[in-house]
Amino acid sequence: MINQVVILSLRFILLVLLQVLILNNIELSGYINPYLYILFILLLPVQMSGLMVLSLAFVLGLVIDVFSNTPGMHAAASVITAFVRPTWLKMIAPRDGYESDAVPGIQNFTLTWFLLYASILILVHHLALFYIEVFRFSNFFQTLFRVFSSSIATLLLVILSLLFLNKAKEKR
Amino acid sequence: MRNIFIFLWRHNFVLYFLVLEVVCFIFLINHNQYQKASVISSSNKVSGRIYESVNYVKDYISLKQSNEQLVKENVALMNLLRKRELVLLDQDSLIKDTLHKQQYSFIYAKVINNSITKQNNFLTLNKGSLHGVKPEMGVVSSNGVVGIVKDVSQNYSTVISLLNEKSKVSVKIKSSNHFGTMAWPGSDSRIGLVTLIPKHVKIKEGDTLTTTSYSTIFPEGILAGTVVSYDVKPGDNFYSISIRYSTSFSNLDFVYLVKDLKKEERIELENNLIQQ
Repeated sequence: MINQVVILSLRFILLVLLQVLILNNIELSGYINPYLYILFILLLPVQMSGLMVLSLAFVLGLVIDVFSNTPGMHAAASVITAFVRPTWLKMIAPRDGYESDAVPGIQNFTLTWFLLYASILILVHHLALFYIEVFRFSNFFQTLFRVFSSSIATLLLVILSLLFLNKAKEKR
Repeated sequence: MRNIFIFLWRHNFVLYFLVLEVVCFIFLINHNQYQKASVISSSNKVSGRIYESVNYVKDYISLKQSNEQLVKENVALMNLLRKRELVLLDQDSLIKDTLHKQQYSFIYAKVINNSITKQNNFLTLNKGSLHGVKPEMGVVSSNGVVGIVKDVSQNYSTVISLLNEKSKVSVKIKSSNHFGTMAWPGSDSRIGLVTLIPKHVKIKEGDTLTTTSYSTIFPEGILAGTVVSYDVKPGDNFYSISIRYSTSFSNLDFVYLVKDLKKEERIELENNLIQQ
């Protein structure tokens, strides 16, 4: 239990720093802004209580906000993601349900399952984030293009970091 | 009463979600009030400190570039000084001490955080109220206009960059003095949009735009950009002019904060007009 708290907090700090110090500075043609920090919400245990996930998502978003001068924006998007997560997990549950200590990843689940799981949640997060950011529907399709291109970039980064994490675990 | 509690308990997940979202949107909306000092911004202590220490490393990487820029600026200032000396030497008349006529003084600062990819971009500078920075001061670089100070903490300040929906700066065409408003259309970090210049004015591509003396934020004649293209929308009396910013926001390093020493005097006088 305590072990898990330590791992989660380390992951939290690492993802936040990675996001605000490196990824926020990446600009690819003005359309692609990956938001990898959402990986933290993706990797929370399946059975963790909904209220807990919402709270963690809120704090995570707020910390990102503090660094990027956008109070409430990332928090709102993360909380929406956390809200959608349990429903989506239920919809794509394996035939015999989840094990009690299941953690989403590519080790315990198939890659297709994880891609399905992650892509929708990332899409939800980016949709919320980019439309809250522009706060109007006048450039609807331009924003939509930004949503999709950034989602793909985030998904790629998520897969890469998972592969990297797994490699590190095998070596140990 | 009991039923209400049961209802609340049963839907605690949805209700908690709604509460958090409401909190988020309160933050969002409060932040949008211009000039409101907010705790949740990168001028606060913790994030300011982190950005500054990372910047310490970044400095070494861009050392050569910033040196070159400083040398260039030195040369420009040197030329200006020589010219001025010539003018003064040419005059036969008595030269009085002109220091009391000084209107602007500058504070230099370093950009420790910068963004150009969002819809509303901000800069963080490493100077704050201890160094005399105040909200609504203008920020310029050696190449041109950068933005306007928003929040100030003891050691840091945040700046609304030109690349922000809220930044509107009064500019004029240098050659003809016709003035308009410069804003950012929100896609390309190099391109701005100038409106409210009447369509009878003759302009051409490559014309220079500078700041006007109409606001108390920027001194007159600071470079803003050059005209890239222009057209008049059907039924409109004004041009919409695309301009290329003279400041390149993607590699800003050192900037200057403009302190208008006669600002209060002017605002006081102009406020009298409004009150009457």
